[in-house]
Amino acid sequence: MEKGIIIDHINMIYSGIVGTFEALKDINLDIRPGEFICIVGPSGCGKTTLLNIIAALLKPTSGRVLIDDRKIHEPGPDRGVVFQQYAVFPWLTVRQNVEFGLNLSANRRSEAETRRIVDHFIELVGLEDFEDSYPKELSGGMKQRVAIARAYAVNPDVLLMDEPFGALDAQTRQFMQESLLKILDQEKKTVFFVTHGVEEATFLASRVVIMSTNPGRIREVIPVEIPYPREAGIKTTPEFIRIRADIEKVVREEFQKQRDGSSSH
Amino acid sequence: MKSKSEGKAVDEGFKEKEKKDRREKLGYFLASFAILCIVWEAARAIHLVNPKLFPSILSVLKSCIVMLGNGSLQRHIYGSFMRVVVGFSIGIVLAVIFGFLIGWFRVIRLFLDPVINFFRSLPPIALIPLMIIFFGIGETSKIIVLVYASFFPALVVIYQSLVSLEPTYIRAGKTLGATDMEIFRKIILPQLVPHIITACRVSLGVCWATLVAAEMIAAQRGIGAMMVEAQNFFQMAPLVLGILMIGAIALIMDGIVRTIERRVTAWQEKLS
Repeated sequence: MEKGIIIDHINMIYSGIVGTFEALKDINLDIRPGEFICIVGPSGCGKTTLLNIIAALLKPTSGRVLIDDRKIHEPGPDRGVVFQQYAVFPWLTVRQNVEFGLNLSANRRSEAETRRIVDHFIELVGLEDFEDSYPKELSGGMKQRVAIARAYAVNPDVLLMDEPFGALDAQTRQFMQESLLKILDQEKKTVFFVTHGVEEATFLASRVVIMSTNPGRIREVIPVEIPYPREAGIKTTPEFIRIRADIEKVVREEFQKQRDGSSSH
Repeated sequence: MKSKSEGKAVDEGFKEKEKKDRREKLGYFLASFAILCIVWEAARAIHLVNPKLFPSILSVLKSCIVMLGNGSLQRHIYGSFMRVVVGFSIGIVLAVIFGFLIGWFRVIRLFLDPVINFFRSLPPIALIPLMIIFFGIGETSKIIVLVYASFFPALVVIYQSLVSLEPTYIRAGKTLGATDMEIFRKIILPQLVPHIITACRVSLGVCWATLVAAEMIAAQRGIGAMMVEAQNFFQMAPLVLGILMIGAIALIMDGIVRTIERRVTAWQEKLS
């Protein structure tokens, strides 16, 4: 079942020898159940830091994250993470990878149910013919589909995706975006998706959050009022182009600010 | 997307190529040893080496057959082999245990690193005189030297590989709900298996080299002892036979470890 995420006054300050760095400043965001949030912004704006805080792989300096009104403390199967570097276990086959979470004591099921779930998600991501292959035999897009199926198998409330399609070529990326929306259409989840691509964000998100850098804070939240299911065809509609341009404008301003800021140092 | 039948065809083509590769390798293997034999005999024929001091292939073969006949060759090989198996096994087990402790706990690593580097650079045979005084000339002193010989190279390989593990896999495991024990068993251990096998290969080599030196000093049994005996009686054929045996057995052992390696690391991406 999909659940909402409340990000409540999150601050993240890194202190090192050369001084302190404000990675995130007063981040507040209320994500409703079933929403698809995309985070865009210049590199260094703290997008991935924020994702890691929601995953509880990082502890914020102050503030809290609530999932379904429950404060989160440590990483857990209620928040599935898909990493940019795939992070598919290379020593396991596709099937064993998808099965991995289900064989952990935290989510153990009966053997029959495990098989049913694994079969279902392998089919959902279209890897039936490769279930006994090792990741080294798969393309980047296929590896990422394994990672998505693995995250899905333990039935998380929310999906956290950290530039999952960033390393893929344009055609594969387009295909993966459509596949992801199709999967979500069948298996609803709340999604928090970090990306560099404005077009990707516009295509996927129900709301796009644009961040500014140094300190990392939320600059603007732009809703994408295009109904799901969406297909690649919508990318040429005037509505899509208009929203994309709106987002692009703010992102470019932020990028410019960052460049001016760093050249004045 | 590739269809299943296509995948199978690719797989079969791959196997065919592998078979061909293996035949090619065997060919070169035999050819290089054949040339070695020719050079050996040629060197004797043109008196590059004194034929009285260096035996012919035929006489080495003859002494091999004689020694097999009276059982002495088997006895010597068995003696050496058992020492290596015992010493190497103890050394590797200890190296895995200490490798984990050192790789896992930073404090232990910082504390032990300098000491390890000191002992690592100490050749194992340097310990032999001390061990003979401590434990006499029996099996114990030889086994301890072999444990030492296999321990340090394996230890370094294992803890270095632990330090350089890919953190993303551990993070992925945590987000799926793995406990610390599950992360260790299901994520860290599988990644270490190839490194442990590499450690075995390195250690086995060092172990074997040390063994012969240890046996030359004090032993009634073993290939090293056999060679010292031959030297004392100026029997050139058994002496050269000993050298050949050492090489051959080391090669076979390495082959066995490599076969195991191929089996358990099929998932790894190979550069070649």
